[in-house]
Amino acid sequence: MDHPARWHHHDPFRHKHRHGHGGPLRRDPADRLGGGVAAGIAGWRGINVTTVRIAFVLLTVPTSGAAVALYVLAWLLIPMAGADSNIASRARSDTRGIRLGIALASLLILVLLVARTLGDGWLTGWVWPQVLSVAGLVLIWRNAPAEEQAVLRRLVEPPEGAAGGQAGAAGWRKWSVIRLTVATLLLFGGAGWLFSAHASLALLRPLGGVTLVIAAVVLFLGPWWLRIARDLVLERQARVRAEERADIAARVHDSVLQTLALIQRRADDPAKVIQLARQQERELRSWLFEGRSLDGTDAVTTFAAGVRQIQQDVEARYEIPVEAVTVGDGELDDDLNALLAAAHEATVNAAKWSGADVISLFAEVEPTEVSLVVRDRGRGFDPQVVPADRKGLAESIHGRMTRRGGTATVSTAPGEGTKVTLSMPVTAKPVLAARDTT
Amino acid sequence: MTRVVLVDDHALFRSGVRAELGRQVDVVGEAEDVQPAIALIAELLPDVVLLDVHLPGGGGQAVVQAIKADHPQVRFLALSASDAPEDVIAVIRAGARGYVTKTISTAELTDAVRRVAAGDAVFSHRLAGFVLDAFAAAPAGEVKPAFDPELDQLTSREREVLRLIAQGYTYKEIARELYISVKTVESHVSSVLRKLQLSTRHQLTRWATERRLT
Repeated sequence: MDHPARWHHHDPFRHKHRHGHGGPLRRDPADRLGGGVAAGIAGWRGINVTTVRIAFVLLTVPTSGAAVALYVLAWLLIPMAGADSNIASRARSDTRGIRLGIALASLLILVLLVARTLGDGWLTGWVWPQVLSVAGLVLIWRNAPAEEQAVLRRLVEPPEGAAGGQAGAAGWRKWSVIRLTVATLLLFGGAGWLFSAHASLALLRPLGGVTLVIAAVVLFLGPWWLRIARDLVLERQARVRAEERADIAARVHDSVLQTLALIQRRADDPAKVIQLARQQERELRSWLFEGRSLDGTDAVTTFAAGVRQIQQDVEARYEIPVEAVTVGDGELDDDLNALLAAAHEATVNAAKWSGADVISLFAEVEPTEVSLVVRDRGRGFDPQVVPADRKGLAESIHGRMTRRGGTATVSTAPGEGTKVTLSMPVTAKPVLAARDTT
Repeated sequence: MTRVVLVDDHALFRSGVRAELGRQVDVVGEAEDVQPAIALIAELLPDVVLLDVHLPGGGGQAVVQAIKADHPQVRFLALSASDAPEDVIAVIRAGARGYVTKTISTAELTDAVRRVAAGDAVFSHRLAGFVLDAFAAAPAGEVKPAFDPELDQLTSREREVLRLIAQGYTYKEIARELYISVKTVESHVSSVLRKLQLSTRHQLTRWATERRLT
């Protein structure tokens, strides 16, 4: 709305000479260059605003720059026209702003102390009052209403105009570039002049010059840097939050909503509904509590993940709950893969033949051996009279284990359920090597 | 009849449990958050509190800690949908007599409440797995000066009992499998619970912390 050029190029003489309005002293936002202090005083006393401004500028010379600090103080303390509280009253509760102001002011003090030990007090004497100005400006910047912040931003953030690619901002960009250049030239000139006047300091000149240049850079760009840094942090936080939300939404949609839709369509098949609900519950759990991939497409590289895969596979294919408890974990190798394959067979067996309503898987990784127990409370069988079609499966469990140096024991009796205990000794091998092969 | 207070932030779950347990136990009160629960339990002094691990105002262990000091006779059974070991271990360490998952059957839950009321410990198969994990043999360097073998290790018999619980065995089945009495199984489980609560084992805290990180 308020185009920069409008206030910057405005002609002060266009405004009518006003008589004192007699009211309390208020800053005038309509006719301001900075905080509207000069305009306010002009309106209050009925003086030409340009006269007040010139007076202010002239006043800086005998006061060695203290007038600038005075201006900032006035900006802080005098309420804006139409407002009943000043910025200072708001700034009182802004502890972060106060800390920031103190930090910047102390930084400036530090720079000034360095400059004083190097050079003479004339130029630095001008800068001392600006310690107050800097602190004051920080407070104004953080606590002023939005439109005042915009004004201040234009005053302290020259590069933003150059960086902002908005159409119509070209004039403003040129302005800020000119101003920045002039300011820099002045500083360089001032520093050079200061040090050339003291021949005895010839050796320190480069150092002093560098210090002053750094001081200039900090003074000109410091507030802008701070704001950029703060905006970056805020933006990053917002982005992370948005990504998390999107991730959760995607996962809830992909899994939970899909499953709910499936459940509605299969409402007449209680077994299927229970199975879907269980499967979904487990996926959601492993995602929420264990931080694992929801769809389970992660490559299985650990023993515990392998056990989980057996559980999921059997539950999905045979519609029977599998309770799995794993103690410890380890990287998969050929031995453990064989153990998992045997356990898979045993679990499928239990699901197909036992008639139990739940199968328990218990896996324990110990330093010397890995064991896995598949147990059901189903009908069991007489090991002496094994049906022909089960012999092969028992062989595939047994054979797989013994070939790798492990053992498999099946304990069962009719009506007693079945328990298959598999154990595989851990051969000493470096863990990292095992990881490389997977 | 066993007097029970239900503490859970889901009204639907509370009414479900009340309906299921209604005949076997006397549900005398319900609460949905930490502070109301503490006030209610102190007033009613039930035999058993069925306590959700996750509560909005500070978690189940806050309730256990607040009540334990003044009313040690009130017993807690943690009941949770959470599978996160650190939550479960925290409530048990605070003083709960056991932990069961919310998917437990009504018969098993009734049995668990009865057992807790009688002063026994109740371990679900999952909790047994956590405990075995947490008490896994410490590496040689882990043994601290304050290491107390009485408290900081499980006996091989306790390990065996826990393994069978983790495999879904009932106490009766464990007794038969190990040729011991049910009473002995109960005393093993109680002793594991005591170790879990009193152990100063550095490992135990670190284990739970690591679980949260991974």
